[in-house]
Amino acid sequence: MSTVVSRPVRTARAHRGLGFLRLELRRMLRNRRTMLFTLVMPPLFFVIFGLRSDYRTESFGSGNVAGYVMVSMAVYGAMLATTSGGAMVAIERAQGWSRQLRLTPLRPTAYIATKVAVAMVLGLVSVVAVFVVGAVLGAHLTATAWVFCFLLAWICSLVFAAFGLFIGYLLPSENVMQLLGPALAGLSFAGGLFIPLHGWFATVSTVFPTYGVATLARMPFGDTAGSSIAAAILNVTVWATVFVTGAAVLFRRDTAR
Amino acid sequence: MTSKVIPRTETSSPTPIGAAIELRALRKSFRVPGGDVVRAVDGLDLVVAPGEIVAFLGPNGAGKTTTIDMMLGLTEPDSGTVRILGSTPDRAISAGRVSAVLQSGGLLSDLTVAETVELVATLHHRPRPVEEVLTRAGIAEIGARRVGKCSGGQQQRLRFALALLPDPDLIVLDEPTTGMDVEGRREFWHAMRADSRRGRTVLFATHYLDEADAYADRVVLVREGRVVADGTAAEIKNLAAGRTVSATLPHARPAELLAVPGVDDVEVRGDRILLRTKDSDMVARHLLTETTAVDLEITSHNLESAFLTLTSGAH
Repeated sequence: MSTVVSRPVRTARAHRGLGFLRLELRRMLRNRRTMLFTLVMPPLFFVIFGLRSDYRTESFGSGNVAGYVMVSMAVYGAMLATTSGGAMVAIERAQGWSRQLRLTPLRPTAYIATKVAVAMVLGLVSVVAVFVVGAVLGAHLTATAWVFCFLLAWICSLVFAAFGLFIGYLLPSENVMQLLGPALAGLSFAGGLFIPLHGWFATVSTVFPTYGVATLARMPFGDTAGSSIAAAILNVTVWATVFVTGAAVLFRRDTAR
Repeated sequence: MTSKVIPRTETSSPTPIGAAIELRALRKSFRVPGGDVVRAVDGLDLVVAPGEIVAFLGPNGAGKTTTIDMMLGLTEPDSGTVRILGSTPDRAISAGRVSAVLQSGGLLSDLTVAETVELVATLHHRPRPVEEVLTRAGIAEIGARRVGKCSGGQQQRLRFALALLPDPDLIVLDEPTTGMDVEGRREFWHAMRADSRRGRTVLFATHYLDEADAYADRVVLVREGRVVADGTAAEIKNLAAGRTVSATLPHARPAELLAVPGVDDVEVRGDRILLRTKDSDMVARHLLTETTAVDLEITSHNLESAFLTLTSGAH
């Protein structure tokens, strides 16, 4: 009777896993549209909206307004990057690639982990691009704020990687990003990422997923009220739970036969 | 009415040791829009021994793809069992012992041919070298071409290259040449045939009679989710090449009729007898001179009509 080949050593599998990740990254970095949206657009938005002459002199917390806009655009870039990274599953499902992968030893969870990793690398690239342009063109932050704004903008975008996966399993469409691009721009306005909101706009904005991430990323400026921070943490927790649960449920439905 | 199944190894016999594929009483139904339930696979049994090249032949909608999906663990059967190389489909796949070429889709158009193979190779435990599988699939010279720019035949050979990566014991192909031109089909089967000399078990679904005839050792005919005939390509051909002599002969004894020279097969329906033969003249002469048979009729059928008879359910 034939027996199943014994599993090779863990290191060999990890090595192969990295090979898959490396090729997936190369594929992503080669996609011109993705690179345009994640590498070019956010720094360009910063240049357009963040460099009015008074923004460099006007202060915001421990930094200047240019720095504030830079962090906002970094969040926007990371959000676009991680959402499109996650939403890649939509394209791969539409093309039947995920079916092809099911004919290989790749486990579905490893596939998802790879997609998240690729999304986060892309998000990192986007945040770096905005921060480099910001540093060169006059954004002002304290040293600690540079580090923590960077880390928060990047790490909080995990929420949007989950959002991308969720949408990716919800809509198996090759054109999912054409839908998500405008949706994310709308969410950015609604959550107070692009322009500060006042009055009841500001109150409503706290329910959008962009609000939590934006508020947390700006926290190192030291100008955020404690209540806002609490609201932001609650916001991020709730949305992260919603997107992760949604993605997990749809993912399970997708792999069930 | 079920058409005569060519006698072969009894498929309901105990499990042969080390069968490559073993399907028992497999059933799968789907609900189609409108609420109707379609029985795609309806009690299908099939045992394939290692090294066999089997054509899974049937018209569209016979349940071939559903059966293959169940063999690969892509679809769970409603009932019945699937054993692939002595284990479950999932385990056979993760051990790299079975691979498949599916009908369509399944490729990323933004990658090149070689990159696709490279990418999938990272997922296997002990993949064959990329160059080797490209050569064996006959696409080494187009490795740098974008998948989106490849012809249907080239894409299919790329799927075949992916299937060769784990060096599997069993390859399953679902209508591999659908939509290809004559040249593409020829090249695909050339690559396939060159490779199958290595003793691999191959099962391919097709609705082309000539493919089943040219490339399979064994032909399994399916209709409405069941096996309706199973034999070597030659046996199927003989069946197809013969004629049927029918006559009215009350109280006929099948055993005696079967002993008549030239008679291959006997069917009795009431007073009517149907004798399948390759020498209809001899059988007709015998019936008219040696028996009381009347109302004699001779009908011929070619490969196409035998296939239609067996697979359409019409008599």
